[in-house]
Amino acid sequence: MREKISAESGAAAKAAKQKARERTRRLIKRNWLLYLFLLPAALYIFIFHYGPMYGIQIAFRDFKPVKGIWGSPWVGMKWIQTFIDTPRFWTILKNTIVISLYSLISFPFPILLALFINNVQNMRAKKFVQTITYMPHFISTVVLVGMISMFLSPRNGVINLLVEFFGGSRDTYYMGSASAFPHIYVWSGIWKGMGWSSIIYVAALTGVDQELHDAAQVDGANKLQRILHIDIPSILPTVIIMLILRLGNIMGVGYEKVYLMQNSLNITASEVISTYVYKMGLQNQRFSYSAAIGLFNNIINFIILIIANKTADKVSGSSLW
Amino acid sequence: MAKTGRMIKKSWDNRLFDALANTFLIVMVVITIYPLWFILVASVTDYKLINSGTLLLWPKGFHLLGYQRVFEDWRIWSGYMNTIIYTVGGTLFGAVTTILAGYAFSRRDLPGSGILMKLFIFTMYFGGGLIPTYLLINSLGLVNSRLLMILQSSVSVHNIIVVRSFMRGNIPDELLDAATIDGCGNGTFFISVVVPLSKAIFAVMVLYIAVSHWNAYFNALIYLTDRYKYPLQVFLREILLQTTAASDLEEDAEVMMQLQQMTATIRYSVIVVSTLPILCVYPFIQKYFVKGVMIGSVKG
Repeated sequence: MREKISAESGAAAKAAKQKARERTRRLIKRNWLLYLFLLPAALYIFIFHYGPMYGIQIAFRDFKPVKGIWGSPWVGMKWIQTFIDTPRFWTILKNTIVISLYSLISFPFPILLALFINNVQNMRAKKFVQTITYMPHFISTVVLVGMISMFLSPRNGVINLLVEFFGGSRDTYYMGSASAFPHIYVWSGIWKGMGWSSIIYVAALTGVDQELHDAAQVDGANKLQRILHIDIPSILPTVIIMLILRLGNIMGVGYEKVYLMQNSLNITASEVISTYVYKMGLQNQRFSYSAAIGLFNNIINFIILIIANKTADKVSGSSLW
Repeated sequence: MAKTGRMIKKSWDNRLFDALANTFLIVMVVITIYPLWFILVASVTDYKLINSGTLLLWPKGFHLLGYQRVFEDWRIWSGYMNTIIYTVGGTLFGAVTTILAGYAFSRRDLPGSGILMKLFIFTMYFGGGLIPTYLLINSLGLVNSRLLMILQSSVSVHNIIVVRSFMRGNIPDELLDAATIDGCGNGTFFISVVVPLSKAIFAVMVLYIAVSHWNAYFNALIYLTDRYKYPLQVFLREILLQTTAASDLEEDAEVMMQLQQMTATIRYSVIVVSTLPILCVYPFIQKYFVKGVMIGSVKG
């Protein structure tokens, strides 16, 4: 009896499977054009993103361009070990971590800006503040660093002139100071990114239920209380997603800006993993060594992202996937 | 009237809050605008005044010597030309590719697209890194090619997701169902329904990709070897951040002296020349950028 049922349900399942397969085949046939739509993007992603992944193996080989990837011998973890053994390893790691963690203080600024923009009643004033504060986003990194170095230059830089105006000396060469480097990096980043990053929170705030505000107002809640108890809880999911994304990229200090800001005087504070990878790999042609360091950095990033995402999921129910 | 009545009776704590919040905003606006304004002013001010160090609110005099020097520099012209080529080419390729893929991914009746999307998303969080990418580009023979400058970084998974969210939100399934019943195929549906409905997202993509191409410099620094192929940003780096470069070529000692004294003015002018176009255009197309961020914030 039991066998018969299982045989019957087996047959039913088989038929269902058959049907599903049939349906899939029909969909593929009908939507062939859509696969063609996907083709350019898929080719791009596979060539430019998956292609390099094949080359990751040189991190574990002693890669010589003449021998090719397959002809170069395996060396295991040698390059990671070499990196850890270099005298500069701890400085580079420390710089990367200091700049990464310090950069996190920029996180609340866009939220604060958005809450205050949302508070402005006059539409034209609101629009004006938004237009102005979004502007620096469009300035290229090269120009930004050019601006920084001119404003900070001794004798005639604007910052030095301001310092003199308030009674200091105008001869400080900030760009050549290792201790000033993290501050310049982080605060110029806030200047450039704060407005643009606030857009997403402004958008989230427009979605807050107005009735909640009206009800709270009837109950005598003031603006600060309403922000704390209505606005912030409402945009919290957005905040958490942004925070996870941010944490996932925590070790990924962009080499573009750091590299441009580097000079021989601030190098003790400004050499980070990504700039070191660039110099070792492309300037000194130490491909395997450099690929290994890059991989090391990527893996740490990836692990932090997964942990951040899991934690956020447990704590708040918001997660990336 | 009831509303104004309530506004008059605003309590002191709300007024204090408004005062603090608005002060913060005013300070932010000033901090943002003053550096940009200073550059504009300094670029037309006498270089002797700039070198001696003067805080400026308004231009003192009107000198275009800095601009004259900038426009005499072949690097600016060549760089501008190349940047335009890379931006236009890359934006066309990137926007079309992104829209097509975003639309296909937005369809729920496409077997296998889910897995493909996961493969795409994975690359947002993990990659081969700088050196393996360089080796790949090298083996493809794309080093020092203009084609690479156009292709690289033109397609981003993030943009594809933005387009997908937009399509899912703006092209109702019922439309497709109705069209299918009428015997309308995917091609016709795309051309006659999807394209007209996606003008806004197309504008958003064009702007996003164009800005990133316009401002990119690192790929060019890594992959280009011929100076005549350099985009503007690479030359800007030379002019803004490296002390000697072109002035070495100058043989006349007097001209060289003057060039050296004018370094700051030339730098301010070159920032204006390279950045003003985009800052002037942006307020008019701001709503598209903002729209892009908002669509992107919807979890797809």
